[in-house]
Amino acid sequence: MKQRVVITGMGIVCPLGNDVAAMWNGLMTGQSGAGRTTLFDASAFPTTFDAEVKNYDPARFVKYMHLHKNGNRGSLFVLGACVQACRQAGIDVETDAPADGIDRTRLGIYLGAGEGPAVADAFFNSIAESWDSQAHRFDWPRWTHAFASRTTPALELEQEPNMPSAHLALLTGARGITRNCLTACAASTQAVGEAAMLVRHGKADIMIAGGAHSMIHPLGVTGFNRLTALSTRNDSPTTASRPFSASRDGFVLGEGAAIVILETLESAQQRKVPILAELIGFGSSNDAFRVTDMHEEARGAVQAMQAALNDAGVTIYDIDYISTHGTSTAENDSIETLAIKKVFGDHAKKVPCSSPKSQFGHLIGATGCAELITCIMAIQEQILPPTMNLTDPDPALDLDYVPNCPRRTRVNTVMSESFGFGGQNNVLILRRFSD
Amino acid sequence: MNKRRVVVTGIGAVTPLGLSSSDLWSGLLEGRCGIRKIRAFDASAFPCQLAGEVAEYNIRDYVPKSYRKATKLMSRDIELSVIAADEAIRNSGLITKAAETESRSVPPERFAISFGAGLISCDMQEIAPCIAMSLTDGRFDIRKWGKDGMQALTPLWLLKYLPNMLPCHIGIIHDIQGPSNTITCGETAGHIAVAEAAEMIARGDADAALAGGCEAKVNPIVMLRQCLLKRSAENANDTPEQACRPFDADAGGSVFGEAGGVLVLEELQAAVCRKAPIAAELVGAASSNNLNADFIHLESDGKGLQIAIRKALEEAHIRPEQIDLIIPTGTGIAADDRAEAAALEAVFGSALQTINVWPIKSMVSHTGAAAGVVDLIAAVLAIQHGTIGPAVNFSRPADGCRLKIHTKQTTQNIRFALCCGYSFGGQTAAVVIKKYEDSL
Repeated sequence: MKQRVVITGMGIVCPLGNDVAAMWNGLMTGQSGAGRTTLFDASAFPTTFDAEVKNYDPARFVKYMHLHKNGNRGSLFVLGACVQACRQAGIDVETDAPADGIDRTRLGIYLGAGEGPAVADAFFNSIAESWDSQAHRFDWPRWTHAFASRTTPALELEQEPNMPSAHLALLTGARGITRNCLTACAASTQAVGEAAMLVRHGKADIMIAGGAHSMIHPLGVTGFNRLTALSTRNDSPTTASRPFSASRDGFVLGEGAAIVILETLESAQQRKVPILAELIGFGSSNDAFRVTDMHEEARGAVQAMQAALNDAGVTIYDIDYISTHGTSTAENDSIETLAIKKVFGDHAKKVPCSSPKSQFGHLIGATGCAELITCIMAIQEQILPPTMNLTDPDPALDLDYVPNCPRRTRVNTVMSESFGFGGQNNVLILRRFSD
Repeated sequence: MNKRRVVVTGIGAVTPLGLSSSDLWSGLLEGRCGIRKIRAFDASAFPCQLAGEVAEYNIRDYVPKSYRKATKLMSRDIELSVIAADEAIRNSGLITKAAETESRSVPPERFAISFGAGLISCDMQEIAPCIAMSLTDGRFDIRKWGKDGMQALTPLWLLKYLPNMLPCHIGIIHDIQGPSNTITCGETAGHIAVAEAAEMIARGDADAALAGGCEAKVNPIVMLRQCLLKRSAENANDTPEQACRPFDADAGGSVFGEAGGVLVLEELQAAVCRKAPIAAELVGAASSNNLNADFIHLESDGKGLQIAIRKALEEAHIRPEQIDLIIPTGTGIAADDRAEAAALEAVFGSALQTINVWPIKSMVSHTGAAAGVVDLIAAVLAIQHGTIGPAVNFSRPADGCRLKIHTKQTTQNIRFALCCGYSFGGQTAAVVIKKYEDSL
C-alpha cells in the first residue's frame, strides 16, 4: 500500500541566515546574501564575489561538536540544518538515549551533498614544488612528500561526498536506508524526491532528506568561471543575481545546507507532530542531449514536470506557484520559461513563478531543498517570495515572475524545479496538508 | 496487484582482469590476479605502490561515430563507465540509439539510469602547467592563478570531473531519457545505484534501467589518500599478487584499483516478452549506517552491516540459510574484515558453516564505487554457470574469522546470492539476487 508522505520538520543554513526564520525574513525584506568573497583571495578572479554563509556556529546546534571537528563546510552546515529540522519534528538528537520512540532502523538519510574542498595549500603547492616546466613532467617522489606533509588523513577523508551523510548518521543514530546523490544543481531536489519514494513505498518510516554543499573555494570558482557560468558584475554583488532580467549574466555562487523531515502520514499522526505540508509528486528525467547545454526544446525539463504532475495526480490548474530553478544564466532562464509554457500552455502566464536564487544565490547541491523550504513557507504564510533585481525584464521572457516584491495570495499547491548541469532534471510537488 | 519483478538481462564489466565481463569471469575462475605495480605514474615514494589497473583501450572504439568528439570531455571514470555500458547493452540485446538505427527496444522516456560514482580527482598533468604559471618565489600565488593560470585551463574543464557526467554521457549515447540519478556513497555507491534503479522499475517509473558503478581510482591524489588513511597494504610492494588477502591471518591492508560495472535491469514481463536473456532476478536490497566516530572503520560487531543484510533478506522473503553464496566486501583491511565476519556470523549463525563465501578483491582489487556492481556481476555469473571460483590469498583464517572460504573452484547450484558492502565514511549496503526460475 502506498503511504502518504508529509513534511514535519525543516532546517536551513544559507547566505540569508542560519535558520528558517532568518532566511524567510531575508526573502520577505528584499535582502541579498551576496558580497565580496572572503573565504579566499578571489580579487584577481573574473568573479570577485559570492554568497557566503555568515556568522554560523555549529555549536549552537550540535551537542558533541568534537565528533564533527574535521567536518567540511557542507558537513558543518548540514549538522545545524538537521538539528533544526529534528527539533521541529520531535526527533530527539540531543539526548544520549533518545526517548522519542522512533525505531532508528526505520529512520533513514538521503542527501544530495557535494564533495568537500581540496586542501588548497597541499593541492597547489605540492604541484608547484614538483612539476618540472622544462621537461613537462612531475618529480613524483617529491610530489608525494610535499602533498603528504601538507594535509592530514582526516581532511582527505572529509572531501568524500558521502561524509555529510556520515556525520548526520552519527548525530541522529539513524540506521535506516541511507543514500547520497550528486546530480549537480538538482541533487537535493532529487534526494528529497527519492527519499519520498522510499517512504511512500514502505522502505522507511522517516527520512532525513536534503543537501549540503560549498563550492566557494579556488577550484570550484575556477571551474564555474571557466564555464562563464558565474556573473561578473563585480561592482554590484547584491544585484548580480537577476533571474529572467535582460541584463542577467550568470549565477551567483552560494553555499549552505537544507534539510526536511519526510515521514508517513501514519507516523506523523501517531507521533502527534505538526504537519507542515504534504509531498505529493516527484518527477525525474534525463535530457540525453548534450553535456554542455540544456535541450533546446526543453525536452527533459518538460518531461520531469509532467512526470511530477502525473505522480501527484494533479493538473496544471491546481498549481498555484512554481519555484523555478531560475539561475540568472542566459540559457537556463530562457529554456525554463519555454518549459513552463510547454507544460502549462495558455495557462502559463497566470501561474506566478519566482526565483529565491535572486536573494540567496545558487547553493548548488543544496539549492533544491533550500528552495523547497521556501515553498513550504509560502504555503504556511500564503505569501510568495519574489524574484529580486527584475528591473529590466527580458522582453522574450513574459511569465509572471513575481518581480521585486513578495505577494500575498492563495498558495495550496506548488511545484519546485531543479535542472542539473549535464541534463539531470528533478521536480517536486507540494500541497498544503489536509486530512 | 502483483509487484513488478526486476531481472538482470545484461552485464558489462571493465576491470583489472580485462575489458569485458567474460575476461572478468575467466580471470576469476583461474584465480588470476589483476594487481600490479602502478603504471599510471611513478608511485615509488608511496607506502603502497600497487593497484588494479585496466589494460589499454581506445575509447573511440566504444562510442558511436557521431559522439566521438565528446570523448575529449571524458575523464577516465567516464570512459570506464561508457565501455561497461556498451558491453551491457550489447549483452542484453537491447537496441538503443548507439546502434545508429531508428529502432528502439525501450521507449527512451521509460528507460532509467542510475550510476554509482566516486569523487573524481583532476588530471594533474593537465593542471600542473597552469599552476606553474601562477608562482611567486616558487609558491602558488592565487592572484596570478586568477589572472593567468586558470585562463590556461580548457573552458569545459569542470565537466570532466562532475560525478553526474557518467550517466549524462551514457544517457546521450544510448538515448536514455527516464529517471536518472548519480549515487555518491563511497564504496557502497554501486550496490545502492543498483538498488535504486530496481526501485525505479518496481514502482513503475521505468521499464528498463542501466545500473552501474564506476571509479578510476588510480590517480595520485586518490591513491595517496588511501595510504594516508592507512587502508592500503604497505608491506607487499614486491609481491603484488599476494598483497590483498581478505580474511587471511596475514592481511595487511587493501589494494585499490579501477573498474566499471554495468547491469541492464528490466521489468520481468517486458523481458520475457522480448525473449531477453534473463540472467538473474533482483529480489532484495537495503542499506544502513555504521556508527563509528572515526568514520574510517566498521564498528567491531559490524552492526550497520548486519542491519542492511537482515533487511535485504527480509525484502527477499528468505531465511538466512537459503543463501548459497556470499560475495562480501572483504577488503583485506584486518579490522574491517574481522568486523564484517562478525556481522555475517551475527546474521547467519550456524548456517554460515555451509554457505560459500567468495571474496574477489584479492583478484580485482578494491574498485570503490565500482566494487558493488563488479561483485554483483560475479554473483550473476556464478549463478548462471553454477560455479564459484577460488578465493586467492586465503591460506590461514584471520583470528575470529569462521567463514567458509573456498580456495578451489567449486561447482554448485546457486539459487540465492548476497553481495554486501560498506564505505569508509559509514554507509552499508546489501543486495540479494536469485537464479531466474521460469515462472511469471
